[in-house]
Amino acid sequence: MQNTAVKIRGLTKAFGANNVLRGIDLELPKGRVTALMGANGAGKSTLVKVLCGVHTANAGTVGLHGEPFMPSSPAEAISAGVVTVHQSINDGVVPDLDVASNLMLDELANGSGFFMNTRKIRAKARKLAEAIGLDVDVRREVSELGLADRQLVAIARAMAHEPKLLILDEPTSSLSAKEAGRLFELIDRLRAQGVAILYISHRSSDIKRIADRIVSMRDGKVSGVFEETPLDYEGAVKAMLGRSMSEIQLDIPEAGTPILRLENIVLQADSKPFSLELRDGEVVAITGLVGSGKSLLADVLYGQARLESGAMQLKSEAYAPRNQAAAIKAGVFRTPKDRATNAVIQDFDITKNITLPFMARHSIGGFVNRKSERTTTRRMISDLGIICQHQSDDIGSLSGGNQQKVMVGRWMAEASNLLVLDEPFQGVDIQARRDIGAKIRETAKGRATVVMVAEMDEAVEIADRIVVMADHTIKGEHRNENIDLNAVLAQVAGMESGQVNAG
Amino acid sequence: MQGNETKKARLTPMEMVIKYGFLVLMAGLLIFFSLSSEFFATPRSAVFIFQSVSITGILALGVTATLVVDGFDLSIGSTATSALMLSSYVMVVWEMSAMWAVIFCLIMGALVGLVNGLLIVKMKVPDLLATLGMMFLLVGLQRIPTEGRSVSTGMIMPDGRVTEGVFSPAFLALGRHKFDFFIENLIPVSVVVLLVLGFVVWVFMELTRHGRLMYAIGSNERAAELAGTNVNRYKVLAYMISGVLASVGGILLAARLGRGDIASGNNLLLDSVAAALIGFAVLGAAKPNVFGTIIGALFIGILLQGLTMMNAPYYTQDFVKGAVLVVALVFTFALSKRGGAH
Repeated sequence: MQNTAVKIRGLTKAFGANNVLRGIDLELPKGRVTALMGANGAGKSTLVKVLCGVHTANAGTVGLHGEPFMPSSPAEAISAGVVTVHQSINDGVVPDLDVASNLMLDELANGSGFFMNTRKIRAKARKLAEAIGLDVDVRREVSELGLADRQLVAIARAMAHEPKLLILDEPTSSLSAKEAGRLFELIDRLRAQGVAILYISHRSSDIKRIADRIVSMRDGKVSGVFEETPLDYEGAVKAMLGRSMSEIQLDIPEAGTPILRLENIVLQADSKPFSLELRDGEVVAITGLVGSGKSLLADVLYGQARLESGAMQLKSEAYAPRNQAAAIKAGVFRTPKDRATNAVIQDFDITKNITLPFMARHSIGGFVNRKSERTTTRRMISDLGIICQHQSDDIGSLSGGNQQKVMVGRWMAEASNLLVLDEPFQGVDIQARRDIGAKIRETAKGRATVVMVAEMDEAVEIADRIVVMADHTIKGEHRNENIDLNAVLAQVAGMESGQVNAG
Repeated sequence: MQGNETKKARLTPMEMVIKYGFLVLMAGLLIFFSLSSEFFATPRSAVFIFQSVSITGILALGVTATLVVDGFDLSIGSTATSALMLSSYVMVVWEMSAMWAVIFCLIMGALVGLVNGLLIVKMKVPDLLATLGMMFLLVGLQRIPTEGRSVSTGMIMPDGRVTEGVFSPAFLALGRHKFDFFIENLIPVSVVVLLVLGFVVWVFMELTRHGRLMYAIGSNERAAELAGTNVNRYKVLAYMISGVLASVGGILLAARLGRGDIASGNNLLLDSVAAALIGFAVLGAAKPNVFGTIIGALFIGILLQGLTMMNAPYYTQDFVKGAVLVVALVFTFALSKRGGAH
């Protein structure tokens, strides 16, 4: 098969007990753009990191143009011809240097000699820029360029290595439509030159415009390859979100009085208004892809972002929190996603982590009441089944699932009106996921609960009602009973309810 | 401070070294100096050590407060010397009482801290740069009223006036009075102030919810914020604590010197930062802590006193302090969990 640029067989990678890649088999043909899709934790970023030499695989083989390829460092990957342009544009460029120096940076770093020959560098850089259609003065500083041009500089720099495989990690995430158009033109040209391109994105418009084939990943495996034209984007979304009909049987209780009312709210300037009611005792899953607006909605509820228009009512009173402290005061709690960055205090033990938001309730005249802290912590440890030696164990000594239980326990320790759990099952093993889910349902009475999840399984496992978001608005609502997952998934992919049955 | 009722896992030898290494080293030094010099192990010598580190120690408490919120205050040294000049100026030039001198200095310290804090949280200036700027500003500012001269009774002011005010006896007592403690005239005021302030700051940091939240901010600012903590307010508070403690140090220095000496206090910044950083290594805390800071200050004091008694020349002092600091930092970052976690 001379047409295959990259051939991956049985690739596995584990971090400790956490198997992230469970045997990837994948081929990337020359001169074609392969779009890679996968939810958070599906393993796509780990796969990319193995390919670009950041991580080393535990087992499996990678062939690059027929040669075995196992880079032990990013530099090795680049010299072998696998070049990656990362999501955060500024990782790929040095803003304070001019375009020419940026383009020739690798040569400067690895070259010989002491003095720079500025004229030669510029001439070379100009040639490189021309070759990919980058139309900027190479003497300008990168910090003066717009995002799209910076992105192109990063790619042009990658092209200096004459790559066999170019990996683009969500390259359009911070570009405007017009800027993205220029990027696509460049990708078209590289494809024509025979470069294999691995394009990671969730944007349907991107994928429809640029991809020749779609590969979906799920749970560390390739769950679907779509090559026929027209590309089956919806099928790819389904394959990535998957569904193994959950064996959990839910009793959907009668919902109580309304707790939170959203009336004709607009999240983003150009998004459609929507309304939503959350009731006492109800667990509502809000699902949608990255960028569907569910995180923004969580921010709004928690006082970290403002509505474009519309109104919120909490227990029949106008609700517009200025900041998170105001939200907490109104009884609206939120467990953030990405616990390591947003929630865990590494220097603290379990007790101190749990009592953090409610220190005032655990102190008398400003002095911390250790006994009251310990009582609460013991209660949360037994309620949630947190596996630890002692309540004063360092948080870092717990497994991911147990750390997450602590983070959920932090907000379950006090009664709330509305509890928002943002991706509570991120990086959590199946047992911890079941424990947390059961506890959320068990304690649901007396508050409204919102769970933001991208994975369909998780939504089906926990919710009374599933709300689908896409394009910063609600695309559909489903009672979690004999649910038509195809309809839900179609809405996740951004189809209007009317279009669903077309296919 | 542990107070856990169940047994903890037995420590490995490495953990023992990390936890107790520095205290053992300090005990070793004490024994060594006591055997080497017959005057070392006497109450007077102990008090001398305390006195030599008391002002540095008070400033180091301020450094600790800012380190706890993951900040840094480079302006403490110059805040202290500003307080030194201001208190002298108030008494000698304005001819006001000791009480006013103290009040003005404390207000100035709080203001400096407030400005530092606002520069950092509102203007988004990085902490090191904001407090570096403040340091320069204060070093310059304290020279302007006297055209760069020291303040003392009988000096001629820029407008030709001869100063007539004096340091009041009450003020000088802050620097010179010694309390009786078993032996007559044993414990200087500054040592008592250090111990009292050390206790107060320790209580604040370890036992109150405000201290707890400040540690949370220092460890993960974003998480603390999402838990509803008013991060900006606590950061400003930390810099104000630092400013006030620095001005207390300056007042004590002025009282000890008895004049507004423009050239004093050059070493205050480096010494107090060193004490706070050495404190990281005490009991394997690997984070800023009040107890460690005081031990850190004492450690330096013991070392210098011992070396002095063994006739080591004065100009080797900074070298010794630097070496101790480097060793302590290796303890903290290379050996303990902090090194592994990042």
